[in-house]
Amino acid sequence: MASRWLAQAEGYDKHVAVTTGAKLDAHTLRKDFPIFEQEFHGKPLAYLDSAASSQKPRQMLEAMQAFYETSYANVHRGVYELAERATEGLETAREKVRLLLNAPAAREVIFVRNATEGINLVAYAWGLSNLGPGDVVLVTELEHHSNFVPWQYVAKRNGAEFRMIPLTDEGDLVLDGLDELVADARLKVVALNLVSNALGTVNGVEQITEWAHGHGAIVVVDAAQAAPHRAVDVQAVGCDFVAISGHKMCAPSGIGAVWGRAELLERMEPFLLGGHMIRKVQADGTTWGDLPHKFEAGTAPMAEAVGLGAAIDYLTAAGFEAIEQHEHDLTEYALGALADIPGIRLFGPPPARRAGIVSFAFDDVHPHDVAQVLDWEGVAVRAGHHCCQPLMARLGVAATTRASFYLYTIPEEIDRLVHGLHRVRKVFG
Amino acid sequence: MDQLYREIILDHYKNPRGHGVIEDADAEAEGMNPLCGDEVSIYVAFGEDGETIDDVKFSGRGCAISQAATSMLTEMVTGRTASDVAAMPKEQLLEELGIPLTPVRLKCAILGLSTLKLALHKGKGTPLPDEWAREDELELK
Repeated sequence: MASRWLAQAEGYDKHVAVTTGAKLDAHTLRKDFPIFEQEFHGKPLAYLDSAASSQKPRQMLEAMQAFYETSYANVHRGVYELAERATEGLETAREKVRLLLNAPAAREVIFVRNATEGINLVAYAWGLSNLGPGDVVLVTELEHHSNFVPWQYVAKRNGAEFRMIPLTDEGDLVLDGLDELVADARLKVVALNLVSNALGTVNGVEQITEWAHGHGAIVVVDAAQAAPHRAVDVQAVGCDFVAISGHKMCAPSGIGAVWGRAELLERMEPFLLGGHMIRKVQADGTTWGDLPHKFEAGTAPMAEAVGLGAAIDYLTAAGFEAIEQHEHDLTEYALGALADIPGIRLFGPPPARRAGIVSFAFDDVHPHDVAQVLDWEGVAVRAGHHCCQPLMARLGVAATTRASFYLYTIPEEIDRLVHGLHRVRKVFG
Repeated sequence: MDQLYREIILDHYKNPRGHGVIEDADAEAEGMNPLCGDEVSIYVAFGEDGETIDDVKFSGRGCAISQAATSMLTEMVTGRTASDVAAMPKEQLLEELGIPLTPVRLKCAILGLSTLKLALHKGKGTPLPDEWAREDELELK
């Protein structure tokens, strides 16, 4: 029993419908996702909103269920065997996240609720102690509010400058002139995403990291939209912090992780305080525990972490290369098909520099109305600012409609999107 | 389901009544729905009695539901008194719209009415009733 979680970490493919290396078979994979057994408005669900949150495979749900049924107790410090089992479940999940990100050490992996909380952890615990007047925090015009607002807030609070790397009309970051952007001040932080949630732009984070390190700045990467879809190697990227959200990658809501370099984490103040994160508590002062515990106050989301571990197993078995290729094919197909719809405006870079996300707008139909008509067709898309109001301002729109793909997305769903958009044109024509 | 975009809604959306700006309005306010970034500004001109709504106009951007509802609203309130409209329950507008609305779309539908109420209360110097001030997620200024 004790080896249950480790066994899954090592050779977990017997429950999965596909094998590593092969081309991904989304039609078969879909059968692992119970959500697709339902109909909406009398039609099968075409779920094109995975960038907001992914659907869940049965294997992940079963792993959580099994944890609750056989291995549940509070983790750490428990003397009895059941508590040890629970601890092993949590720590095995941590090791799986380490492997996923190719992080040097598991103690550098901190469990949080989601990428937003992970970035807040860094913004508060690192930013409040290291930023001041004359310093610059640099984000991008492409950021999700989660990697924008915490930095804007902490910079303002500490009297530091807050600036943005601008965008080209195609939705790529403008990397010429970075030096001029920070010429008059000390660059301390660069915060950016690996993949844009709104446009799907894949950013050249390696290059930016090298530049930022040349200025002595740290680099905080929001990988919430990258980690579900492609291999993320923190050592290859070379950055200092990476945040991910479990719910976007087949894991339950309420679990995510932030990885940080141990030498930085060790020097940082804690973020949340309370039980578990301490070494010694006395009336006249408290000392902090070792990594990762120093940053994990309170009872951990244990079952959710086990779920994240199972989700990582599932995705690893499907193969990140195969997932990336599958989504690339879908994106190319979708961009081609959508371009033929009268009056549509497509945002974002060409497929070669884009993940499985397609954002578009009509001049004369509001995104909410587009999404509403698509819902009648059983097609679920997102309409709104996608938590990217600075980007929307740059694009000159209040909102866009966004279709996003995952390993379970099939070309037929894109056909139904296109069909639905023709119906939109008919209703509002 | 097509009821949501029935003909009268689309007609108001495509040919909005009361669309525009009143310079030197007696009362005005802006409303925003942060869920979608939609914004509406409402302008009111009172008659000689300082109470009757003589003219009401709106500008801004929004979905078919919010634009049509605001357009219908301008027709509904013209000629009525400010205090009457300030006390108007949202059900009156929803009845006029006559379409089924989910909670998210309900916010679209009442953006114009919330903003109009704010304009009227601002114009009259009376506080916006709690029920409207707390209208969650609608941001009025």
